[in-house]
This record gives sequence, structure tokens and C-alpha cells, in this order.
Amino acid sequence: MTSTEFEFNGERMLADLSGALIWPEKNTVVVSDLHLAKGTSYASRGVFLPPYDSIETLSVLNGVLTHYSPNRVICLGDSFHDNDAPKRLRPEEKDIIRQFTQLYDWIWITGNHDPTPTPTLGGKIASHIGIANLMFRHITIGGVTNGEISGHFHPKARLKIKGKKLSARCFISDGTDRLILPAFGTYTGGLDISHPTIEALFSGNYMIFLLGQRKVFTLPKTVLKTYAR
Amino acid sequence: MAQLSSNHQKTKYYRKKKPAPLPAIFENWFVSNGWRPHTHQLKILEIAEQQSHALITAPTGGGKTLAGFLPTLIELANNPQGSLHTLYISPLKSLTSDIRRNLEVPISEMQLPISVSIRTGDTKQSVRQHQRKKPPNILLTTPESLTLLLSYHDASIIFKTLKRVVIDEIHVLAGTKRGDQLALALSRIQQLAPKCHRIGLSATIAHPIALSAWLAPKGQANLVTRIEGSSGKKFKINLLKTKQKIPWYSHSALHTMEEIYQEVEKAQTTLIFVNTRAQAEITFQALWKLNKKGLPIALHHGSLAKILRLRVEEEMASGSLKAVVATSSLDLGVDWAAVDLMIQIGAPKGVSRLIQRIGRAGHNLDTPSRALLVPTNRFEVLECKAALEAAVEGTLDDETPRPGGYDVLAQHMLAMACSHSFEADKMYTEITAAAPYVSLPRVIFNDVLDFIDHGGYALRTYEQWRRLENIENKTYKIASQKVARRVRMNIGTIVESQMLQVRLGRQKILGKIEENFILGLLPGDTFMFGGHVLRFQGIRNMAVATTLAAGSEPKVPSYQGGRLPLSTHLADRVRSILATPQKWPELPNQIRDWLGIQSRVSVMPKSDGLLVETFKRSGRAFLVAYCFEGRNAHQTLGILLTKRMERAGLGPIGFVGTDYNIAIWSIHPVTDINELFDEDMLGDDLEEWLAESSLLRRTFREVATISGLIERNHPGISKTGRQMTVSSDLIYDTLRRYDPEHIMLRVTRRDAARGLTDIKRLADMLRRVKGKIIHKELSRASPLSVPILLEIGKETVGGTHKDMLLDEAETVLISEAFATENIL
Repeated sequence: MTSTEFEFNGERMLADLSGALIWPEKNTVVVSDLHLAKGTSYASRGVFLPPYDSIETLSVLNGVLTHYSPNRVICLGDSFHDNDAPKRLRPEEKDIIRQFTQLYDWIWITGNHDPTPTPTLGGKIASHIGIANLMFRHITIGGVTNGEISGHFHPKARLKIKGKKLSARCFISDGTDRLILPAFGTYTGGLDISHPTIEALFSGNYMIFLLGQRKVFTLPKTVLKTYAR
Repeated sequence: MAQLSSNHQKTKYYRKKKPAPLPAIFENWFVSNGWRPHTHQLKILEIAEQQSHALITAPTGGGKTLAGFLPTLIELANNPQGSLHTLYISPLKSLTSDIRRNLEVPISEMQLPISVSIRTGDTKQSVRQHQRKKPPNILLTTPESLTLLLSYHDASIIFKTLKRVVIDEIHVLAGTKRGDQLALALSRIQQLAPKCHRIGLSATIAHPIALSAWLAPKGQANLVTRIEGSSGKKFKINLLKTKQKIPWYSHSALHTMEEIYQEVEKAQTTLIFVNTRAQAEITFQALWKLNKKGLPIALHHGSLAKILRLRVEEEMASGSLKAVVATSSLDLGVDWAAVDLMIQIGAPKGVSRLIQRIGRAGHNLDTPSRALLVPTNRFEVLECKAALEAAVEGTLDDETPRPGGYDVLAQHMLAMACSHSFEADKMYTEITAAAPYVSLPRVIFNDVLDFIDHGGYALRTYEQWRRLENIENKTYKIASQKVARRVRMNIGTIVESQMLQVRLGRQKILGKIEENFILGLLPGDTFMFGGHVLRFQGIRNMAVATTLAAGSEPKVPSYQGGRLPLSTHLADRVRSILATPQKWPELPNQIRDWLGIQSRVSVMPKSDGLLVETFKRSGRAFLVAYCFEGRNAHQTLGILLTKRMERAGLGPIGFVGTDYNIAIWSIHPVTDINELFDEDMLGDDLEEWLAESSLLRRTFREVATISGLIERNHPGISKTGRQMTVSSDLIYDTLRRYDPEHIMLRVTRRDAARGLTDIKRLADMLRRVKGKIIHKELSRASPLSVPILLEIGKETVGGTHKDMLLDEAETVLISEAFATENIL
């Protein structure tokens, strides 16, 4: 596993290449926006996307958990694409999730896509959770925060370097107040960090941890502006 | 479409066999207008009587559309009916309104009891409803609207009485996905109205038999009678004789604008064709700057708002414009009587295209069309010369239609399932009666059926949400009206990239521009669009907000609509001109000198071999190969050659390809040229590159959209909504990992391979030049290599410094190339 280390509100954190956030001191892995069963969510409209996104998301997650073997896992909301999602998961996919929730101290934070996650798959359900000096929730409350870690926006950065355009998922952090995680799910697109909605949340200085092909790149705001497109 | 004007006068009568005489009312109508019918117009009457299929090839202005409608007008005059008689299909929505206007003239002048109506994507809901309740005698429509009509349950009633289908500009449709869609629709119509016959109208083309086969049921060309209109327009075609220095490297012909302006002034009305939308903007701006006399000159290209385009077309029709600068957006359409000059800026890239464009000038069949070719740089002089020769000799170079796409098939079958239940066997028979699908394997048909039914995945995940209701494992129909609505909403085979509206000030919408171009701009940047220099302010309410930017240097739109590679035929001719010094006296002096010096300091490329020059420049080893296989093929070749050089430890740094040649620069020089160009490069390296290339991803996106695997991006979807839709790239990657033999991946690979005609070109070239490569080691750049070396500057430098650097680079290079001659 490749990751990059950074500090958030005084805590040492790892931004993993998979999009997971690792909090070594508390033995905690945080992932956001899994959007499980998104592929099958269009079926009722007659759109049949390849139904392999859930198993792919779960396999990647399994790799992360096996590697870091945490005590606690926090899913930052939108873990399921909709409230019916668990019904559409295949039995073997549900089994994997049940194993996860048995093995780890598992917390489902509720999101706008899954306001009421099913209890049948195990794990605790919460709208937000505070641990030490950090607060975990799905959507940032905006305005003044401190040590807040959230998801929801699926941040990604679009850059142009030496004439080559590239686009990748990223973490975005102002160092103390607000950290937003990239989406972990297979079929999840992203919102460019230069979008006014995200820019408004990071008016001061910030860093991004960009998920490249083989490593995580740490880019400060100043560098980003040079390569923006 | 013929405007019914006096150009019919002098045409000879069809004499061999006395044709069916015109009914008196028609005879009188022709006479009262001072016209005589064309031969092919009479011949079609005979064929119509026999109810056989026909292909009419005639140049524009040849009255072939009237020919297509003449039998219908006569039949309906003799036997009025209250139902659908003739269907007219056009590739362009705008053409249908022109056709209606032109049909209404004879109908009202002869007071014929005939109703005509249009149905396109723009037709109002109320009109559509009415058309289905009470169909007109003649319905004018497009392929998309036709499939939509056929998807309704009452299609069998509406089309039952149909006698004839007239397909206009069939050469534009055949071989494309829109053509596939149309062919499938025609096959369905043949089921509903077995006696219906087809008339195809086409410009003069290279492969009339292939086109006849495309038109015919079951692809049987012998069922189609070919009617040739007059032998073609006479035309006078010349290269612009410029007094200016012909640029080494340029795509804009700015050096000739004064001269072009003078030509425009002299002519009555001029059509100025360019190859890309960016060129259209630049040309229009340049002419406007020179336009001291305030001549009415307009701009027309596919990105402009429809209302602006329509206005230009109307002004052209009424003769109130002096000139219009256009891209292929004006390749088709009604003729404008007043146009007496066609100027082609930039090389035409293909002969058939050039001839069709020439056809847009000199509407009158008996007056020769006048055409002027304006090369934008030195190599284009050669290409224009080659095109001119080919046009005069009439050697056309369009391609034969290819077999039908499976994505279109999926869309069509879903649409048909909305209309009525079908049996798989009968549907297979119906599909294979459409020419592009005659050799469709049954297994593929079954896979496509599975795909539209439940996605066709190895995991049978969607069995419970099927789109089709399967009755006794035999007949299929659409599962619900909800699904049917979605299917109908997504009919069509044109997949556009994300476009954003361009808004000037608060109100005015100028047109649409690719989102990717806009994302490359920063607020304050300027660009040319719709004939204005605009300052980008930002994206507001899903539109590009701009203000007018006076007097600043614009960043040109990067959109490259309609950039075609050099055709094989023209490439052959260019090579032959280079290899034949006897032909050089016909070339401008500057070009002759250029070639002359090349043959002294290096050699000329031969007709059949391949010239490769190598030399050192600024500490780097350069290789320039004169392949003449077109930009796309050279792009692929560049990737493959640099891969090989990488492995050989030569340290390739970069490459650039033009339509004519390719240049590669590296740390170490290539020693064994023959080995480098060995044809085995098309093996593993190519496979590996293809699998990762954006080509497959792009193709997958198109295939997935057309087949209904992913939904179209509907306009007005908000930016934040983006993260909720699933990108085709993500689907492609997942599918490749979990279901690599899924029908959509097979379709993608097939389509991509077909799109790679360039690779076939490469393969042909590598085979052809084997053992015939001339390697010339030079001490410095050769004259022939100068244009592509200047292109390198263009690739790596941007902004306004570009010109300065280019100027500098140009001076250094030219003096280097000519050092031995002391010419400059």
C-alpha cells in the first residue's frame, strides 16, 4: 500500500492511494462515499450498467483493511447508493460486508443517499461521531469548523502539466479545520476542486493529496493554481 | 434540391425509348414556366411505374430532388388519397423545410390535392399527434424521427399505404451509424408496406454499385436501376495565384486575404469553404478587418446557434449576402442560384469532397462553376495541385459503405419492441434484409437480444428487471410504457461531446462550444467565436459568460471540427508530383525553387519508396520520414516508432506528425532505418498500445450511449449532478476486469478496429516500402523538412510568444536549410 503522511489538526494521518484515510494512532480506517449497488440502481429505469461495481469496491476495501488491520472502520456516508441498495446486493457481496462488520468496530455514518442504512448487515449507525479532537460526518457543516472530516463532494483535481491533461481523485485539507475525502466507490465520478462550492469551503490555504497511478502526490494550493485548467 | 428555375431549358430529352408522357397538367406547368424536364426526371417516371428501386446520381443543381418527387406528384394528382404515400428522408433537418417550400410551388401552381408535412426533432407535439391521426400524403423527415415514428404501436397503420421512400443525399448517410439506423428502418417499412419502393438521390460518387447495394433490400444491387443525371457540371478550377510569400508553416492563409477579398468583390456571390471551425473564425475575422467597403460577409459553422445559422442561410437564399465563410456545415443543402464562385481555403483532403463543394457554386448546369483553391502552406500547394488534377480527371475517392454497427442494432431492436411484440426468428430475417446487416451472424443477433433484454452480463443480475417481456420464450415486447418512454427519448446515433452555450452579455446566445476547450481558459482569456473576439468571464448558469474584447490578441478556439486526413488517392498524387520534375513548371516559382534545392541538397521522395532523412540539430538527432499517409496514421506511427527507439536505447524525446511526414527527435541517432521501419511493429506494440489507448475508451463511450448501456447526458444537467452520473471510463474499466467478453466490449473492439483505417494505411505503407527505403544522412535540415520542424515549435509553445518564437525559429531554420545555396 502506498500512502502519504500529513498532519490534520495535530493528528498524524495517512492518505492512502486507494482513497482511504488512515489514523494510525487510533487504529482507524476512514472511507467515504462507497456508493454500493450504484450500478444496479438504474435497473428500474431500464438502464443496465455492468453490475460489478460493488464487488470491485469491496475487494479494494478488503485490500486496505487487510493491509492496515485497523480496530475501527468509519464509513463517512453514502455507503449505499440508496436505501434499497442492500436488497440489490448479491448474497456473496452481503456476506463480505457482514464479515467486515464482525471483524472490525464498524461505523456507518448516514449520508444523503443512505439516510437509514439497513441494520441487517451489522455495524453501528450514526449521523456523526467525534473521536478525540476530530469530528466525522458526511457533509461538512460549512463555515467555521475545527478538526472536521467529511466526504460527500467526491473531490478531484483537473490539471494540465506540460500540455498533458490529467484528472484524479484527491483529499483536500486546510490542515486544521476541514478535510474532505475522495469517493471510494468504483462508479463514483467527482467534482473539480475549483468548483465554486468547494472553493468557498477552502478560502484560505489548502493542500491536496492527489491519487496518482502509483503514488499519492502532495500539492499545495499555490502549485495547483499554476497547473489549473 | 433544384430550385425550379430556368436551368432545365437546354437539357436533351430522353430519346432512346419514348418515356411515359407527362400528364397534360404537368406538361403545361413545365411549359408555362419555360422549362423542359430533365432526362432523368422522365426516366424515373418509367421506373416508378415498374415499382422498381432506383438510384439517381446527379450533381447538385441537377434537379434530382424534383425527379424523386415527380412520380409521386403525378400519382397523387391522378389518384388523390387520404393517407401516407411518400416518405422523404434527409440527413439535415433544415433541408426538409427547403424541400417543402420547393414542393409547395408546383402543388399550389397546379392546384394538386396533395398534403405535405414535416416531422423532425423540432416538430411540435401537437403537430406530431395530428400526423399520427391523419398522416399527410408526403412526409418529410430524418432517420431519427423515422425510427421514432416506427416505435409507436400505430406504425403499421400509418405506413401500410406507403408507396415510395425518397432518400436524399444518400451518399452522406450510407456507411455511417445514421445510415445503419435508416437501413434498419427501411427494412421495417418493407414489412409494413411490401410494395413500397426506394429512390436514392446521391451526388456523383466513386462506387455507385456499392451504394445501390446499400439502398436495395437484402443488399441486392441488381434490384436497383441506376439513373445518371447530366454528366456533371462543368467547372473551371484554379489555384489562387498569389503574389505573396507562401508560408512554410500555417493553416490560415492569412497571407492571401487581400487577394481573396478582391475575388469576393469581383464575384456575384462567393462561398468560402474552410476545413475547421477555427479556420472559419480566423478567416472571417481577417476578411472583416479588410472590409472597408462594408460588403455583407457572413460566417457559418456547426457550433453557431441555430438561429444565427438559419439567418445566414436565408440571407444567402435571398441573395443579400456577398460571401459566406463556412465549414462542412454548408456542404449539403439547397443550391443558391447566385453563387458563382467557390473558394476552398486549405487543402481539400479528398477529391469527392472538393467536387461536391464545387457543385455548390454555379447553380446553373450550363454555366461552368468557378472554383479557386487557396493553399495555406507549401505542402498544401502540392496537395491542392493534386486535387485539382484529380477533379479535372474526375477520379473520385470516397469509400464504400461498411457493415452496420451492433450498437445501432440494439437501439433499433428496442425501438421496434416498443411498437409491437416480435418473434426472434422473424426479427432476425427482417434485420438481415437491411443491406448493412445482410451478413449479421445469428449468434451476434442473439447476444444483442440478450443485451437489450437484461444486459447480457455473465452475472444474470438483471433477470428481475428485464426490459423485454418474453412470452413463451418466443415473442418479445417492451416490458412497460415507462421503459418505452426512455427508449424513445434516447433514439439517435449522434453522440456529441459535452457542449456549453456561449452567451454574450446578458442575453445573446451565440452558439455552443466544447466544454473541454472552455475548461482550459482562465477568466480574462480571449477567444474567437461567432465572428467576435470574446473575453471569458466564467461559467454561469451552465453557460459560458463572455463580453466583447476589443482589439486584443485572441486565443483561437481549439475545436477541430471536420479535420480529415489526406486521402490515399491524393497522397499518391502528391508523391507523384514530387517524383516527376516534368510537372514542376506548373507550380508557383517559390515552390519550384523549394523542390529544386531539395533535390540538390537531399533527394526527392519517390512514388513508391520512402525517403527518410536524418540530421543533427541543437545537439539532438532528428529523423524525418516522408510517408504521406495522413495525420492520424502518422500519429500512430510516431507512437510505435518511439516505443521501438526506446527499447533500442536511442532515447526518443518527441515526435510530431503532419499529413505529409513525421519527425522524431532523440538523444542518439537511428542507425538501422530498415529495422526501425520493419512491419512487425504492428504486432505486440500495437496491441498493447490499443488496449490502453483513449481510442477504445472513446469508442466505448459512443457504443455504450447508442446501445442504451449508459444514458445520454441531457442538456441542463447541473455540474454538481455530474458526480452522480457514472462515467463511461469507469464502466469500461470495470467491465473489462469482470466481463471481458461482454457483447459491448466486443462491439467496441470491432468498431475501434474499423475506425483504424489508418492502421491499415500504415500496414500497407510498411509493406510497400520494404527494401525501398532511402536513408539520407544530412549535415543539416533539408528544405522539405522545414515545415514539419516549424510544427515542432507550435506543439511546445503557446500564447502570444508563439509568433515571436516561430519567426525566430523560421529564420534560423531556413538559413540552415539553404546555407549551401545562398538563396536568401
